[in-house]
Amino acid sequence: MPAVSKGDGMRGLAVFISDIRNCKSKEAEIKRINKELANIRSKFKGDKALDGYSKKKYVCKLLFIFLLGHDIDFGHMEAVNLLSSNKYTEKQIGYLFISVLVNSNSELIRLINNAIKNDLASRNPTFMCLALHCIANVGSREMGEAFAADIPRILVAGDSMDSVKQSAALCLLRLYKASPDLVPMGEWTARVVHLLNDQHMGVVTAAVSLITCLCKKNPDDFKTCISLAVSRLSRIVSSASTDLQDYTYYFVPAPWLSVKLLRLLQCYPPPEDAAVKGRLVECLETVLNKAQEPPKSKKVQHSNAKNAILFETISLIIHYDSEPNLLVRACNQLGQFLQHRETNLRYLALESMCTLASSEFSHEAVKTHIDTVINALKTERDVSVRQRAADLLYAMCDRSNAKQIVSEMLRYLETADYAIREEIVLKVAILAEKYAVDYSWYVDTILNLIRIAGDYVSEEVWYRVLQIVTNRDDVQGYAAKTVFEALQAPACHENMVKVGGYILGEFGNLIAGDPRSSPPVQFSLLHSKFHLCSVATRALLLSTYIKFINLFPETKATIQGVLRAGSQLRNADVELQQRAVEYLTLSSVASTDVLATVLEEMPPFPERESSILAKLKRKKGPGAGSALDDGRRDPSSNDINGGVEPTPSTVSTPSPSADLLGLRAAPPPAAPPAPSGAGNLLVDVFSDGPAAQPGLGPSAEEAFLSELEPPAPESPMALLADPAPAADPGPEDIGPPIPEADELLNKFVCKNNGVLFENQLLQIGVKSEFRQNLGRMYLFYGNKTSVQFQNFSPTVVHPGDLQTQLAVQTKRVAAQVDGGAQVQQVLNIECLRDFLTPPLLSVRFRYGGAPQSLTLKLPVTINKFFQPTEMAAQDFFQRWKQLSLPQQEAQKIFKANHPMDAEVTKAKLLGFGSALLDNVDPNPENFVGAGIIQTKALQVGCLLRLEPNAQAQMYRLTLRTSKEPVSRHLCELLAQQF
Amino acid sequence: MYKSSNSTCPSTFVIIFLIKDILPEEIQQQIVRETFHLVLKRDDNICNFLEGGSLIGGSDYKLIYRHYATLYFVFCVDSSESELGILDLIQVFVETLDKCFENVCELDLIFHMDKVHYILQEVVMGGMVLETNMNEIVAQMEAQNRLEKSEGGLSAAPARAVSAVKNINLPEIPRNINIGDLNIKVPNLSQFV
Repeated sequence: MPAVSKGDGMRGLAVFISDIRNCKSKEAEIKRINKELANIRSKFKGDKALDGYSKKKYVCKLLFIFLLGHDIDFGHMEAVNLLSSNKYTEKQIGYLFISVLVNSNSELIRLINNAIKNDLASRNPTFMCLALHCIANVGSREMGEAFAADIPRILVAGDSMDSVKQSAALCLLRLYKASPDLVPMGEWTARVVHLLNDQHMGVVTAAVSLITCLCKKNPDDFKTCISLAVSRLSRIVSSASTDLQDYTYYFVPAPWLSVKLLRLLQCYPPPEDAAVKGRLVECLETVLNKAQEPPKSKKVQHSNAKNAILFETISLIIHYDSEPNLLVRACNQLGQFLQHRETNLRYLALESMCTLASSEFSHEAVKTHIDTVINALKTERDVSVRQRAADLLYAMCDRSNAKQIVSEMLRYLETADYAIREEIVLKVAILAEKYAVDYSWYVDTILNLIRIAGDYVSEEVWYRVLQIVTNRDDVQGYAAKTVFEALQAPACHENMVKVGGYILGEFGNLIAGDPRSSPPVQFSLLHSKFHLCSVATRALLLSTYIKFINLFPETKATIQGVLRAGSQLRNADVELQQRAVEYLTLSSVASTDVLATVLEEMPPFPERESSILAKLKRKKGPGAGSALDDGRRDPSSNDINGGVEPTPSTVSTPSPSADLLGLRAAPPPAAPPAPSGAGNLLVDVFSDGPAAQPGLGPSAEEAFLSELEPPAPESPMALLADPAPAADPGPEDIGPPIPEADELLNKFVCKNNGVLFENQLLQIGVKSEFRQNLGRMYLFYGNKTSVQFQNFSPTVVHPGDLQTQLAVQTKRVAAQVDGGAQVQQVLNIECLRDFLTPPLLSVRFRYGGAPQSLTLKLPVTINKFFQPTEMAAQDFFQRWKQLSLPQQEAQKIFKANHPMDAEVTKAKLLGFGSALLDNVDPNPENFVGAGIIQTKALQVGCLLRLEPNAQAQMYRLTLRTSKEPVSRHLCELLAQQF
Repeated sequence: MYKSSNSTCPSTFVIIFLIKDILPEEIQQQIVRETFHLVLKRDDNICNFLEGGSLIGGSDYKLIYRHYATLYFVFCVDSSESELGILDLIQVFVETLDKCFENVCELDLIFHMDKVHYILQEVVMGGMVLETNMNEIVAQMEAQNRLEKSEGGLSAAPARAVSAVKNINLPEIPRNINIGDLNIKVPNLSQFV
């Protein structure tokens, strides 16, 4: 028997629908509908009270008309009347109409809410379900306000039917999603978690959905769900239990519930309880094993359901990112899917693999599939799949395969969909920069990008290539040669002209020796593009021309001729006209020396986060740049290819307010320095600019340092007897530092002696002294118990790059520490270069048979190598000004954590290592200090200023040093002391 | 919420389920139209997921669809749902329709849009997956049917008229449309325990 009685419908409705279907034209259809609407309206307005059946029929007709895409502006009241009918069919239609055509009329809402309230209280499960469905379908705030408090009660009530519980759970979820503030948490939350144990699988499925959403906000309240979810999952996966009811779908036991449970587990870190974790890992392995078994059915539904679980399992494994074995298995499984004949599976495999690529355990495994992925990029017929392949290539890229991937993506770019071209361009630009070992390759790649997809190369991309070329003198000649060749193409993209114009203006001299690219040839080549370009590009080219006058005096006459031409001097565009007039005058009034100074080569750009990356993130939302944020995989990359931020005023700002002679050049601090002696009008232009004079930067710093005494020549190593063998365990062998390690470390920033750590078993004391770049530290390990510690071994570990920055030699200590005894360990420390993270001290021993381990941060911070420097106020200010590049300064404004006592502050600053300079700051409340950080490789001069504000209980701390990371790091260290 | 569109091609229907907040009517219509054109031009052997454009609420949303003869079933879901799971859900929905209507055809969906809604409400509620067990859904529908019968009385009479109306439409559209391979029996639990 069919579950739906086809015949027992409403006759009038069927006739109406077939009338509509028989309409030959749109007009006829509208006519028929209008006739019906008029009929219904008159029926509703008529004096005769309509019976339930007629009301139901007309409301249903209205619904049909609405679904055909016509506006319905009446009938709501009749639908609301149906809600209070006792007949199920009438009530049902009423609710359907309300759910589909929500109306915000407040009077109606009051009536609807009233009807819902009655049905919820009716104890008739069918009616209750209808009411809950309606609340969930509408999900408005008003409904939330009216019912959010009742539904949890229905959900956990012992006497609710399963179907009611199921609906109530989802209804609550819907209200929570719409307005979380309305759903009160309370004692019901604990009982909801226990629904995971419910007999009825449908209830469990609904409850899992609800908990998954709720636990995101209050993870702790729902923590108990982990073990329940794991045991439920385990029962389904092993399928040993009988509670599957009819939830087996094409031979796969309860696929939806499994998927939901796996999703829920992804809200939490791996279970802490070893037993639970073991059981879960077993489940995950079972799912992976089942994937290898022959299918139980050939139907696509079978493999679909099975794979839905499999993909969710893989997501969970990736989320945990802690089981290398499972990660690699997951990767192999996805690898199989990459070649599967089902497009859906290939799509999902590419998508999952993208996240897998960022795990350090599986990155290498993902890389083995590079050929398949490249092939997918070339041959997939579906654009969404190709897009996933491009994403994956981006994620799996590293130094070893960058050239291959970049060239494949460039090739793909030629045929890529227009919609995704810009994104591909950004990705190629980022990869080329990030993994460039050889910058000529980088330049080639970007020029290729412009050639292939010039329209999609945004400003950020070509600004960036200019910055990199400006900052790296090893590539400038190559860049000039390459752009010169590229410009010779008969048709080149305007972006190419911009890049070419800029680079030749800066570095054209590097290729001028070759007669084929002599200055006049360069000029005429650029000028041949001039007339085809936009105003912005022409403005840029004018700046290139004036730079040419400086670089190649022989072109002066020609260029002056061009500038003097009416088309320039009287150009309708104010920016072009101004540039022409000014450049012409500049070239004729200024002496060669002045010209050379004004038009000097651009200073390097300050290093910051790549703006291309920022743009890609904006385009794709958070996470898109993950492959690049992922510093741990390739920690050196940031150092080698650090970012450069283009400033808004870089290059070709057509705005008339652009700095007159800063040309297209410079971010304010990078304005070319004027010679201090030249008192002509050009200097005036610069004198009210920012004080920054980067050109003087390095030399000023040298002068500063040369006055200070050089490091002591005596060799520190002679002092060391029997250094412990280099037994530093790798960082993977030691645990993370204890949570309070940072706090303990902070205590020692300004002092050298004290108790570093203490618990019931062990006390560690520290005594240390530092001179110049050397230090000696005594660690005292006291056994506080009466039992001997065995296998006692304290070791010092250098995480990350620290090995090259700091040398710490330790002497081995006795492996046994008697109860109540103390052992001493001597550490000799040499600072090789500036460092940011302290070394770690890992202490392991056995106490009463139980292994103990402890990781602390060794109180060695960069300021320990501070040498105080006394200087007069005048010297201080001079140096302060010399260190005025924005990146040389670090500043923090923070609230005082301790009472603001001048004497204490003084003591802390002295303990920090700097000299305190009196009578320097005009405000006597302020503190000013100076010192040098002594390392073997270099010395870093530091100036600091601390301004207390007693009223606001705030401090402002400013640090200036010649190295950016040092400024920041010192500032952070010191700020935590007050 | 479900909408059907047959505006341009009379023999192809798209049925769209929006698992999403209620949108203004015009936008709904626009989504239906554009989705219709999007899925219609896709081959059968490319993937069943369409990444969300701005139209359906951004990159967090996907269109997941299945194609049965002249019918497309399209679900619009956010990233909290498993893609393959939704494909299976569509299959459950269609198989349920087939059981409830006995060899469902698109005329059933048109003449009984209210019933289709009720079945859908048993599967998806407020945009969330409610029930996936086909037997359970069919049982619910049968219970409704009994209620309807018991209330029906006089109004249930003109059944013949409706089937007559349907027969009028026969030349237009083939009566029996083979919807995938719906004829397999859903395995019972007993085979596994």
